[in-house]
Amino acid sequence: MTPTLPQPRADFLKVQDFNFYYGKKQALFNVNMEIPERQVTAFIGPSGCGKSTLLRNFNRMNELIDGVRHEGQILLNGRSIYDKKIEVIALRRSIGMVFQKSNPFPKSIYENIVYSMRIAGINGKSVLDETVERSLKGAALWDEVKDRLNESALGLSGGQMQRLCIARAIANRPEVLLMDEPCSALDPIATAKVEDLIHTLKKEFTIVIVTHNMQQATRCSDRTAFFYLGKLIEFDDTQKIFSNPSQKQTEDYITGRFG
Amino acid sequence: MSTVSNTTEPVDFFTKDKGGRSVARSFGNKVLNVICVGLAFLTLIPLLSIIYLLFHKGLPLLTWSVFTELPPAAGQIGGGFGNAILGTLLMVGIALVIATPFGILSAIYINEYAPASRLSNAVRFVAKLLTGIPSIICGVFAYAVIVLTTGGFSAWAGGFALAILILPTILLTAEQALIGVPKAYREASYGLGGTNFQTIWRIVLPDSLPAMMTGIMLAVARAAGETAPLIFTALFSQFWINSLKEPTASLSVLIYNFSTLPFDHQINMAWTASLVLVLLVTAANISAQVVFRKK
Repeated sequence: MTPTLPQPRADFLKVQDFNFYYGKKQALFNVNMEIPERQVTAFIGPSGCGKSTLLRNFNRMNELIDGVRHEGQILLNGRSIYDKKIEVIALRRSIGMVFQKSNPFPKSIYENIVYSMRIAGINGKSVLDETVERSLKGAALWDEVKDRLNESALGLSGGQMQRLCIARAIANRPEVLLMDEPCSALDPIATAKVEDLIHTLKKEFTIVIVTHNMQQATRCSDRTAFFYLGKLIEFDDTQKIFSNPSQKQTEDYITGRFG
Repeated sequence: MSTVSNTTEPVDFFTKDKGGRSVARSFGNKVLNVICVGLAFLTLIPLLSIIYLLFHKGLPLLTWSVFTELPPAAGQIGGGFGNAILGTLLMVGIALVIATPFGILSAIYINEYAPASRLSNAVRFVAKLLTGIPSIICGVFAYAVIVLTTGGFSAWAGGFALAILILPTILLTAEQALIGVPKAYREASYGLGGTNFQTIWRIVLPDSLPAMMTGIMLAVARAAGETAPLIFTALFSQFWINSLKEPTASLSVLIYNFSTLPFDHQINMAWTASLVLVLLVTAANISAQVVFRKK
Protein backbone atom coordinates (compact mmCIF):
# COMPACT_ATOMS: atom_id res chain seq x y z
CA MET A 1 0.00 0.00 0.00
CA THR A 2 1.80 3.17 -1.12
CA PRO A 3 1.64 5.91 1.48
CA THR A 4 -0.28 8.96 0.32
CA LEU A 5 1.40 12.33 0.50
CA PRO A 6 0.02 14.56 3.21
CA GLN A 7 -2.24 17.33 2.03
CA PRO A 8 -0.18 20.22 0.64
CA ARG A 9 -0.07 23.14 3.05
CA ALA A 10 -1.38 26.46 1.89
CA ASP A 11 1.15 28.24 4.11
CA PHE A 12 4.22 26.14 3.42
CA LEU A 13 6.33 29.29 3.24
CA LYS A 14 4.83 31.96 5.42
CA VAL A 15 6.04 35.55 5.61
CA GLN A 16 4.81 37.54 8.61
CA ASP A 17 5.14 41.30 9.08
CA PHE A 18 8.47 41.16 7.37
CA ASN A 19 10.65 44.26 7.11
CA PHE A 20 14.15 44.19 5.64
CA TYR A 21 16.94 46.77 5.69
CA TYR A 22 20.19 47.12 3.76
CA GLY A 23 21.97 49.28 6.35
CA LYS A 24 19.79 52.37 6.67
CA LYS A 25 17.81 51.75 3.52
CA GLN A 26 14.57 49.82 3.95
CA ALA A 27 13.95 47.40 1.11
CA LEU A 28 10.85 45.52 2.25
CA PHE A 29 7.87 47.00 4.08
CA ASN A 30 5.55 44.85 6.16
CA VAL A 31 5.26 41.91 3.80
CA ASN A 32 2.67 39.28 4.65
CA MET A 33 2.11 36.28 2.43
CA GLU A 34 1.53 32.52 2.43
CA ILE A 35 3.09 30.50 -0.32
CA PRO A 36 1.39 27.17 -1.00
CA GLU A 37 3.17 23.85 -1.16
CA ARG A 38 3.92 22.16 -4.46
CA GLN A 39 2.74 25.03 -6.56
CA VAL A 40 4.58 27.65 -8.56
CA THR A 41 4.45 31.16 -7.13
CA ALA A 42 5.75 34.02 -9.25
CA PHE A 43 7.09 37.33 -7.92
CA ILE A 44 6.71 40.13 -10.44
CA GLY A 45 7.36 43.84 -10.29
CA PRO A 46 9.64 46.54 -11.69
CA SER A 47 13.39 46.60 -11.01
CA GLY A 48 14.24 47.38 -7.41
CA CYS A 49 10.83 46.48 -6.01
CA GLY A 50 12.22 43.94 -3.57
CA LYS A 51 11.20 40.67 -5.18
CA SER A 52 14.74 39.28 -5.37
CA THR A 53 15.46 40.60 -1.89
CA LEU A 54 12.54 38.67 -0.44
CA LEU A 55 13.48 35.56 -2.40
CA ARG A 56 17.03 35.61 -1.09
CA ASN A 57 15.75 35.90 2.45
CA PHE A 58 14.03 32.54 2.22
CA ASN A 59 17.38 30.78 2.38
CA ARG A 60 19.06 33.57 4.32
CA MET A 61 21.49 34.30 1.49
CA ASN A 62 21.20 38.01 2.24
CA GLU A 63 23.13 37.40 5.43
CA LEU A 64 26.27 37.13 3.30
CA ILE A 65 26.01 40.90 2.84
CA ASP A 66 27.27 43.17 5.61
CA GLY A 67 24.93 45.47 7.48
CA VAL A 68 21.59 43.84 6.72
CA ARG A 69 18.83 43.37 9.26
CA HIS A 70 15.26 42.21 9.34
CA GLU A 71 12.14 42.40 11.45
CA GLY A 72 9.31 39.93 11.39
CA GLN A 73 9.17 36.25 10.65
CA ILE A 74 9.57 33.74 7.89
CA LEU A 75 8.29 30.23 8.56
CA LEU A 76 9.07 27.15 6.53
CA ASN A 77 6.61 24.36 7.18
CA GLY A 78 5.66 25.95 10.45
CA ARG A 79 9.19 26.51 11.74
CA SER A 80 10.89 29.89 11.85
CA ILE A 81 13.94 29.98 9.62
CA TYR A 82 15.55 32.36 12.09
CA ASP A 83 15.15 29.92 14.96
CA LYS A 84 18.38 29.92 16.97
CA LYS A 85 18.38 26.13 16.90
CA ILE A 86 18.47 25.98 13.13
CA GLU A 87 21.85 26.12 11.42
CA VAL A 88 21.90 28.29 8.35
CA ILE A 89 23.81 25.55 6.56
CA ALA A 90 21.04 23.03 7.20
CA LEU A 91 18.42 25.52 6.05
CA ARG A 92 20.27 26.21 2.82
CA ARG A 93 20.61 22.51 2.15
CA SER A 94 16.88 22.09 2.33
CA ILE A 95 16.26 24.99 -0.02
CA GLY A 96 17.58 24.96 -3.57
CA MET A 97 18.48 28.14 -5.41
CA VAL A 98 18.97 28.86 -9.10
CA PHE A 99 20.58 32.20 -9.92
CA GLN A 100 19.99 34.61 -12.75
CA LYS A 101 23.32 33.97 -14.38
CA SER A 102 24.12 30.28 -14.35
CA ASN A 103 27.13 29.60 -12.16
CA PRO A 104 28.33 26.02 -12.47
CA PHE A 105 31.56 25.24 -10.67
CA PRO A 106 34.71 24.88 -12.81
CA LYS A 107 34.50 21.13 -12.32
CA SER A 108 33.02 18.20 -14.23
CA ILE A 109 29.27 17.87 -14.71
CA TYR A 110 29.27 14.91 -12.32
CA GLU A 111 31.13 16.80 -9.59
CA ASN A 112 28.84 19.79 -9.95
CA ILE A 113 25.77 17.72 -9.18
CA VAL A 114 27.22 15.72 -6.34
CA TYR A 115 28.76 18.78 -4.66
CA SER A 116 25.81 19.17 -2.28
CA MET A 117 26.10 15.50 -1.32
CA ARG A 118 29.83 15.61 -0.77
CA ILE A 119 29.60 18.58 1.54
CA ALA A 120 27.00 16.68 3.50
CA GLY A 121 29.50 13.86 3.89
CA ILE A 122 27.92 11.46 1.41
CA ASN A 123 30.59 9.95 -0.80
CA GLY A 124 29.39 6.46 -1.70
CA LYS A 125 29.74 5.95 -5.43
CA SER A 126 26.43 4.19 -6.01
CA VAL A 127 24.48 6.85 -4.13
CA LEU A 128 26.22 9.60 -6.06
CA ASP A 129 25.70 7.87 -9.41
CA GLU A 130 22.02 7.45 -8.68
CA THR A 131 21.75 11.10 -7.62
CA VAL A 132 23.41 12.31 -10.80
CA GLU A 133 21.08 10.30 -13.01
CA ARG A 134 17.97 11.28 -11.08
CA SER A 135 18.86 14.98 -10.99
CA LEU A 136 19.87 15.22 -14.63
CA LYS A 137 16.72 13.41 -15.68
CA GLY A 138 14.72 15.71 -13.44
CA ALA A 139 16.31 18.68 -15.17
CA ALA A 140 15.73 17.24 -18.65
CA LEU A 141 19.46 17.17 -19.30
CA TRP A 142 20.33 13.48 -18.91
CA ASP A 143 20.12 12.47 -22.58
CA GLU A 144 22.28 15.36 -23.67
CA VAL A 145 25.14 14.84 -21.25
CA LYS A 146 25.02 11.23 -20.08
CA ASP A 147 28.08 10.35 -22.16
CA ARG A 148 30.20 13.22 -20.96
CA LEU A 149 29.61 13.42 -17.25
CA ASN A 150 33.32 13.80 -16.59
CA GLU A 151 33.78 16.72 -18.92
CA SER A 152 33.94 20.27 -17.63
CA ALA A 153 30.60 21.90 -16.96
CA LEU A 154 31.93 25.10 -18.48
CA GLY A 155 31.81 23.51 -21.93
CA LEU A 156 28.01 23.41 -21.98
CA SER A 157 25.79 25.90 -23.78
CA GLY A 158 24.00 28.62 -21.82
CA GLY A 159 20.70 26.77 -21.66
CA GLN A 160 22.41 23.52 -20.68
CA MET A 161 24.37 25.28 -17.95
CA GLN A 162 21.22 26.67 -16.42
CA ARG A 163 19.56 23.26 -16.51
CA LEU A 164 22.68 21.87 -14.89
CA CYS A 165 22.28 24.45 -12.13
CA ILE A 166 18.69 23.33 -11.71
CA ALA A 167 19.83 19.71 -11.52
CA ARG A 168 22.43 20.71 -8.95
CA ALA A 169 19.81 22.55 -6.92
CA ILE A 170 17.44 19.59 -6.79
CA ALA A 171 20.12 16.94 -6.17
CA ASN A 172 19.69 16.94 -2.44
CA ARG A 173 15.89 16.91 -2.71
CA PRO A 174 15.18 20.32 -1.21
CA GLU A 175 11.80 21.31 0.14
CA VAL A 176 11.65 24.52 -1.82
CA LEU A 177 13.20 25.61 -5.11
CA LEU A 178 13.95 29.31 -5.46
CA MET A 179 14.57 30.65 -8.94
CA ASP A 180 15.81 34.20 -9.46
CA GLU A 181 15.03 35.18 -13.06
CA PRO A 182 16.37 31.82 -14.29
CA CYS A 183 15.62 32.45 -17.96
CA SER A 184 16.70 36.05 -18.35
CA ALA A 185 20.02 35.05 -19.91
CA LEU A 186 18.58 32.33 -22.14
CA ASP A 187 17.28 32.25 -25.70
CA PRO A 188 13.59 31.46 -26.33
CA ILE A 189 14.13 27.76 -27.02
CA ALA A 190 16.16 27.22 -23.86
CA THR A 191 13.59 29.30 -21.97
CA ALA A 192 10.80 27.06 -23.21
CA LYS A 193 12.71 23.98 -22.04
CA VAL A 194 13.20 25.45 -18.57
CA GLU A 195 9.53 26.43 -18.37
CA ASP A 196 8.48 22.89 -19.29
CA LEU A 197 10.80 21.73 -16.58
CA ILE A 198 9.11 23.94 -14.03
CA HIS A 199 5.78 22.34 -14.85
CA THR A 200 7.25 18.92 -14.16
CA LEU A 201 9.18 19.94 -11.06
CA LYS A 202 6.20 21.44 -9.28
CA LYS A 203 4.78 17.97 -8.75
CA GLU A 204 7.62 17.36 -6.33
CA PHE A 205 8.86 20.79 -5.20
CA THR A 206 7.45 24.07 -4.03
CA ILE A 207 8.74 26.64 -6.48
CA VAL A 208 9.09 30.40 -6.13
CA ILE A 209 10.22 32.17 -9.26
CA VAL A 210 11.17 35.82 -9.69
CA THR A 211 10.59 37.01 -13.20
CA HIS A 212 10.59 40.17 -15.25
CA ASN A 213 8.70 38.43 -17.98
CA MET A 214 4.99 38.61 -17.41
CA GLN A 215 4.20 36.13 -20.12
CA GLN A 216 6.43 33.69 -18.29
CA ALA A 217 4.53 34.30 -15.07
CA THR A 218 1.30 33.63 -16.92
CA ARG A 219 2.64 30.46 -18.49
CA CYS A 220 4.37 28.96 -15.48
CA SER A 221 2.82 30.02 -12.23
CA ASP A 222 -0.26 29.14 -10.22
CA ARG A 223 -0.14 32.18 -7.95
CA THR A 224 1.46 35.55 -8.60
CA ALA A 225 2.62 38.28 -6.22
CA PHE A 226 3.09 41.83 -7.47
CA PHE A 227 5.65 43.94 -5.62
CA TYR A 228 6.25 47.66 -5.93
CA LEU A 229 8.80 49.76 -4.02
CA GLY A 230 9.27 47.11 -1.37
CA LYS A 231 5.59 46.51 -0.68
CA LEU A 232 3.46 43.57 -1.60
CA ILE A 233 0.65 45.15 -3.59
CA GLU A 234 -1.36 42.11 -4.63
CA PHE A 235 -1.08 38.36 -4.26
CA ASP A 236 -3.61 36.10 -5.93
CA ASP A 237 -4.19 33.33 -8.43
CA THR A 238 -2.27 34.07 -11.60
CA GLN A 239 -5.42 33.96 -13.69
CA LYS A 240 -7.01 36.65 -11.60
CA ILE A 241 -3.97 38.93 -11.39
CA PHE A 242 -3.57 39.07 -15.12
CA SER A 243 -7.20 39.26 -16.14
CA ASN A 244 -8.89 41.14 -13.34
CA PRO A 245 -6.48 42.66 -10.82
CA SER A 246 -8.00 44.37 -7.79
CA GLN A 247 -5.33 47.05 -7.37
CA LYS A 248 -4.85 49.84 -9.85
CA GLN A 249 -1.05 49.68 -9.51
CA THR A 250 -1.14 46.04 -10.53
CA GLU A 251 -3.23 46.84 -13.53
CA ASP A 252 -0.92 49.69 -14.53
CA TYR A 253 2.09 47.41 -14.32
CA ILE A 254 0.72 44.48 -16.26
CA THR A 255 -0.61 46.68 -19.00
CA GLY A 256 2.79 48.30 -19.30
CA ARG A 257 1.89 51.76 -18.14
CA PHE A 258 5.03 51.80 -16.00
CA GLY A 259 7.99 49.60 -15.04
CA MET B 1 18.26 56.11 -52.13
CA SER B 2 20.71 58.93 -52.69
CA THR B 3 23.00 60.27 -50.01
CA VAL B 4 23.66 63.94 -49.55
CA SER B 5 27.39 64.43 -49.79
CA ASN B 6 29.82 67.27 -50.29
CA THR B 7 32.13 65.29 -52.51
CA THR B 8 31.32 63.95 -55.94
CA GLU B 9 32.62 60.47 -55.17
CA PRO B 10 31.05 57.99 -52.65
CA VAL B 11 32.59 58.36 -49.17
CA ASP B 12 34.26 55.26 -47.79
CA PHE B 13 32.84 55.11 -44.25
CA PHE B 14 35.24 52.50 -43.04
CA THR B 15 38.55 54.20 -43.46
CA LYS B 16 37.84 57.88 -43.93
CA ASP B 17 36.58 60.47 -41.47
CA LYS B 18 34.19 63.34 -42.23
CA GLY B 19 36.84 65.46 -43.87
CA GLY B 20 37.72 62.68 -46.27
CA ARG B 21 41.04 61.99 -44.54
CA SER B 22 42.13 58.44 -43.91
CA VAL B 23 41.50 57.64 -40.22
CA ALA B 24 43.88 54.76 -39.70
CA ARG B 25 46.74 56.37 -41.48
CA SER B 26 46.56 59.79 -39.86
CA PHE B 27 49.90 61.17 -38.86
CA GLY B 28 49.34 61.19 -35.11
CA ASN B 29 48.21 57.60 -35.21
CA LYS B 30 51.33 56.55 -37.07
CA VAL B 31 53.67 58.35 -34.71
CA LEU B 32 52.06 56.74 -31.66
CA ASN B 33 52.32 53.31 -33.24
CA VAL B 34 56.00 53.78 -33.96
CA ILE B 35 56.70 55.01 -30.43
CA CYS B 36 54.91 52.07 -28.82
CA VAL B 37 56.55 49.42 -30.97
CA GLY B 38 59.93 51.08 -30.60
CA LEU B 39 59.74 51.21 -26.82
CA ALA B 40 58.66 47.58 -26.69
CA PHE B 41 61.75 46.59 -28.62
CA LEU B 42 63.94 48.81 -26.48
CA THR B 43 62.80 47.06 -23.31
CA LEU B 44 63.84 43.76 -24.81
CA ILE B 45 67.39 44.93 -25.38
CA PRO B 46 68.70 44.84 -21.79
CA LEU B 47 66.89 41.56 -21.16
CA LEU B 48 68.28 39.89 -24.26
CA SER B 49 71.77 41.23 -23.69
CA ILE B 50 71.82 39.84 -20.15
CA ILE B 51 70.76 36.44 -21.44
CA TYR B 52 73.34 36.62 -24.22
CA LEU B 53 76.10 37.58 -21.80
CA LEU B 54 75.18 34.82 -19.37
CA PHE B 55 75.34 32.16 -22.05
CA HIS B 56 78.41 33.59 -23.73
CA LYS B 57 80.45 33.79 -20.53
CA GLY B 58 78.92 30.98 -18.55
CA LEU B 59 78.54 28.19 -21.07
CA PRO B 60 82.25 27.35 -21.53
CA LEU B 61 82.64 26.03 -17.99
CA LEU B 62 79.21 24.38 -17.74
CA THR B 63 80.06 20.71 -17.30
CA TRP B 64 78.73 17.96 -15.09
CA SER B 65 81.54 18.61 -12.62
CA VAL B 66 79.79 21.83 -11.75
CA PHE B 67 77.13 19.76 -10.05
CA THR B 68 79.37 17.18 -8.47
CA GLU B 69 82.47 18.96 -7.26
CA LEU B 70 83.33 21.43 -4.56
CA PRO B 71 84.48 25.03 -5.09
CA PRO B 72 88.15 25.43 -6.04
CA ALA B 73 90.38 27.21 -3.59
CA ALA B 74 91.92 30.55 -4.54
CA GLY B 75 94.38 30.01 -7.31
CA GLN B 76 93.19 26.49 -8.12
CA ILE B 77 91.43 25.53 -11.31
CA GLY B 78 88.78 22.87 -11.93
CA GLY B 79 86.17 22.10 -9.31
CA GLY B 80 82.50 22.98 -9.34
CA PHE B 81 79.81 24.30 -7.00
CA GLY B 82 77.55 21.37 -6.31
CA ASN B 83 77.31 22.31 -2.64
CA ALA B 84 76.20 25.82 -3.54
CA ILE B 85 73.44 24.51 -5.81
CA LEU B 86 72.28 22.20 -3.06
CA GLY B 87 72.47 24.98 -0.51
CA THR B 88 70.35 27.32 -2.59
CA LEU B 89 67.78 24.60 -3.20
CA LEU B 90 67.64 23.75 0.50
CA MET B 91 67.37 27.30 1.79
CA VAL B 92 64.81 28.38 -0.79
CA GLY B 93 62.93 25.21 0.13
CA ILE B 94 63.02 26.10 3.82
CA ALA B 95 61.86 29.62 3.00
CA LEU B 96 58.92 28.25 1.00
CA VAL B 97 57.94 25.80 3.72
CA ILE B 98 57.83 28.63 6.25
CA ALA B 99 56.37 31.44 4.17
CA THR B 100 53.81 29.65 1.99
CA PRO B 101 51.43 28.43 4.71
CA PHE B 102 51.56 31.78 6.51
CA GLY B 103 51.08 33.70 3.29
CA ILE B 104 48.23 31.64 1.85
CA LEU B 105 46.33 31.21 5.11
CA SER B 106 46.63 34.93 5.87
CA ALA B 107 45.40 35.74 2.37
CA ILE B 108 42.44 33.44 2.93
CA TYR B 109 41.64 35.26 6.15
CA ILE B 110 41.85 38.76 4.74
CA ASN B 111 39.88 37.93 1.61
CA GLU B 112 37.36 35.27 2.62
CA TYR B 113 36.68 35.63 6.32
CA ALA B 114 36.96 39.30 7.23
CA PRO B 115 37.80 41.42 4.19
CA ALA B 116 36.78 44.75 5.70
CA SER B 117 38.03 44.29 9.24
CA ARG B 118 40.71 46.46 10.81
CA LEU B 119 43.01 43.49 11.16
CA SER B 120 42.76 42.72 7.45
CA ASN B 121 43.40 46.31 6.50
CA ALA B 122 46.40 46.42 8.81
CA VAL B 123 47.80 43.19 7.37
CA ARG B 124 47.45 44.49 3.81
CA PHE B 125 49.11 47.77 4.67
CA VAL B 126 52.04 46.16 6.45
CA ALA B 127 52.51 43.56 3.72
CA LYS B 128 52.69 46.25 1.07
CA LEU B 129 55.26 48.14 3.15
CA LEU B 130 57.33 45.02 3.65
CA THR B 131 57.52 44.19 -0.06
CA GLY B 132 59.93 47.11 -0.30
CA ILE B 133 62.08 46.03 2.60
CA PRO B 134 65.81 46.01 1.77
CA SER B 135 66.89 42.40 1.78
CA ILE B 136 69.80 43.16 4.05
CA ILE B 137 67.34 44.02 6.80
CA CYS B 138 65.92 40.51 6.53
CA GLY B 139 69.42 39.19 6.96
CA VAL B 140 70.16 41.34 9.99
CA PHE B 141 66.81 40.43 11.56
CA ALA B 142 67.41 36.72 11.05
CA TYR B 143 70.89 37.20 12.48
CA ALA B 144 69.43 38.62 15.67
CA VAL B 145 66.63 36.09 15.98
CA ILE B 146 68.34 32.87 14.95
CA VAL B 147 72.11 33.23 14.72
CA LEU B 148 72.60 35.02 18.01
CA THR B 149 70.21 32.78 19.91
CA THR B 150 71.50 29.51 18.48
CA GLY B 151 75.09 30.61 18.56
CA GLY B 152 76.03 29.91 14.95
CA PHE B 153 75.43 30.42 11.27
CA SER B 154 73.14 27.85 9.70
CA ALA B 155 70.97 26.95 6.75
CA TRP B 156 67.97 27.38 9.04
CA ALA B 157 68.89 31.02 9.61
CA GLY B 158 69.38 31.52 5.87
CA GLY B 159 66.04 29.93 5.09
CA PHE B 160 64.37 32.04 7.77
CA ALA B 161 65.82 35.26 6.35
CA LEU B 162 64.58 34.35 2.89
CA ALA B 163 61.17 33.44 4.30
CA ILE B 164 60.76 36.95 5.73
CA LEU B 165 61.82 38.34 2.39
CA ILE B 166 59.21 36.45 0.37
CA LEU B 167 56.30 36.35 2.82
CA PRO B 168 54.79 39.73 1.79
CA THR B 169 54.97 38.82 -1.89
CA ILE B 170 53.32 35.45 -1.37
CA LEU B 171 50.58 36.96 0.80
CA LEU B 172 49.69 39.74 -1.61
CA THR B 173 49.76 37.62 -4.77
CA ALA B 174 47.73 34.92 -3.00
CA GLU B 175 45.18 37.58 -2.09
CA GLN B 176 45.00 38.65 -5.74
CA ALA B 177 44.60 35.04 -6.79
CA LEU B 178 41.65 34.65 -4.41
CA ILE B 179 40.10 37.89 -5.62
CA GLY B 180 40.31 36.50 -9.14
CA VAL B 181 37.91 33.67 -8.30
CA PRO B 182 34.42 34.75 -9.45
CA LYS B 183 31.98 35.61 -6.66
CA ALA B 184 29.38 33.49 -8.46
CA TYR B 185 31.22 30.30 -7.51
CA ARG B 186 31.14 31.20 -3.82
CA GLU B 187 27.46 32.14 -4.02
CA ALA B 188 26.62 28.82 -5.63
CA SER B 189 28.46 26.97 -2.89
CA TYR B 190 26.80 28.89 -0.06
CA GLY B 191 23.42 28.44 -1.76
CA LEU B 192 23.94 24.69 -1.67
CA GLY B 193 24.63 24.83 2.04
CA GLY B 194 28.42 24.90 2.01
CA THR B 195 30.31 26.18 5.03
CA ASN B 196 33.03 28.79 4.75
CA PHE B 197 35.69 26.11 4.99
CA GLN B 198 34.10 23.83 2.40
CA THR B 199 33.64 26.70 -0.02
CA ILE B 200 37.27 27.76 0.34
CA TRP B 201 38.76 24.29 0.34
CA ARG B 202 36.68 22.75 -2.46
CA ILE B 203 35.97 25.67 -4.77
CA VAL B 204 38.01 28.81 -4.15
CA LEU B 205 41.48 27.40 -3.50
CA PRO B 206 41.55 24.94 -6.43
CA ASP B 207 40.42 27.65 -8.82
CA SER B 208 43.00 30.13 -7.55
CA LEU B 209 45.92 27.68 -7.64
CA PRO B 210 47.46 28.67 -11.02
CA ALA B 211 47.53 32.32 -10.04
CA MET B 212 48.95 31.47 -6.63
CA MET B 213 51.70 29.47 -8.27
CA THR B 214 52.71 32.54 -10.27
CA GLY B 215 53.11 34.46 -7.05
CA ILE B 216 55.10 31.70 -5.43
CA MET B 217 57.38 31.43 -8.45
CA LEU B 218 58.05 35.17 -8.28
CA ALA B 219 59.00 34.67 -4.67
CA VAL B 220 61.25 31.73 -5.52
CA ALA B 221 63.07 33.71 -8.16
CA ARG B 222 63.71 36.53 -5.74
CA ALA B 223 64.78 34.29 -2.89
CA ALA B 224 67.17 32.28 -5.02
CA GLY B 225 69.03 35.36 -6.17
CA GLU B 226 69.45 37.33 -2.96
CA THR B 227 72.88 37.56 -1.39
CA ALA B 228 72.55 40.06 1.47
CA PRO B 229 70.20 37.99 3.64
CA LEU B 230 72.49 34.99 3.40
CA ILE B 231 75.75 36.75 4.26
CA PHE B 232 74.62 37.28 7.83
CA THR B 233 72.91 33.99 8.31
CA ALA B 234 74.22 31.09 6.27
CA LEU B 235 77.62 32.55 5.50
CA PHE B 236 79.39 30.16 3.16
CA SER B 237 81.00 26.77 3.14
CA GLN B 238 83.60 25.05 0.99
CA PHE B 239 82.23 21.65 1.77
CA TRP B 240 79.22 19.45 1.25
CA ILE B 241 76.33 19.95 3.62
CA ASN B 242 76.33 17.70 6.67
CA SER B 243 73.52 19.30 8.58
CA LEU B 244 71.24 22.28 8.33
CA LYS B 245 72.76 23.72 11.50
CA GLU B 246 76.04 24.59 9.80
CA PRO B 247 77.11 27.48 7.60
CA THR B 248 75.87 26.61 4.12
CA ALA B 249 77.02 27.49 0.63
CA SER B 250 74.63 29.15 -1.79
CA LEU B 251 74.82 30.17 -5.42
CA SER B 252 74.29 33.85 -4.73
CA VAL B 253 77.05 34.07 -2.11
CA LEU B 254 79.36 32.00 -4.32
CA ILE B 255 78.86 34.40 -7.20
CA TYR B 256 79.53 37.30 -4.86
CA ASN B 257 82.69 35.72 -3.46
CA PHE B 258 84.16 34.49 -6.73
CA SER B 259 83.50 37.60 -8.76
CA THR B 260 85.67 39.68 -6.44
CA LEU B 261 88.69 37.34 -6.58
CA PRO B 262 91.62 38.27 -8.84
CA PHE B 263 91.67 34.89 -10.54
CA ASP B 264 90.29 34.38 -14.03
CA HIS B 265 89.10 30.85 -13.37
CA GLN B 266 87.06 31.87 -10.35
CA ILE B 267 85.54 34.75 -12.24
CA ASN B 268 84.52 32.43 -15.06
CA MET B 269 83.07 30.09 -12.45
CA ALA B 270 80.99 32.98 -11.17
CA TRP B 271 79.55 33.49 -14.65
CA THR B 272 78.72 29.82 -14.91
CA ALA B 273 77.10 29.91 -11.49
CA SER B 274 74.98 32.87 -12.62
CA LEU B 275 73.90 30.93 -15.67
CA VAL B 276 73.01 27.90 -13.57
CA LEU B 277 71.00 30.08 -11.17
CA VAL B 278 68.96 31.60 -14.00
CA LEU B 279 68.38 28.19 -15.58
CA LEU B 280 67.27 26.66 -12.28
CA VAL B 281 64.77 29.44 -11.62
CA THR B 282 63.44 29.19 -15.18
CA ALA B 283 63.07 25.44 -14.86
CA ALA B 284 61.16 25.82 -11.59
CA ASN B 285 58.93 28.41 -13.20
CA ILE B 286 58.13 26.28 -16.24
CA SER B 287 57.41 23.14 -14.24
CA ALA B 288 55.12 25.06 -11.89
CA GLN B 289 53.21 26.50 -14.83
CA VAL B 290 52.87 23.07 -16.40
CA VAL B 291 51.80 21.27 -13.25
CA PHE B 292 49.35 23.91 -12.07
CA ARG B 293 47.87 25.13 -15.34
CA LYS B 294 44.10 25.65 -15.54
CA LYS B 295 42.54 22.56 -17.04
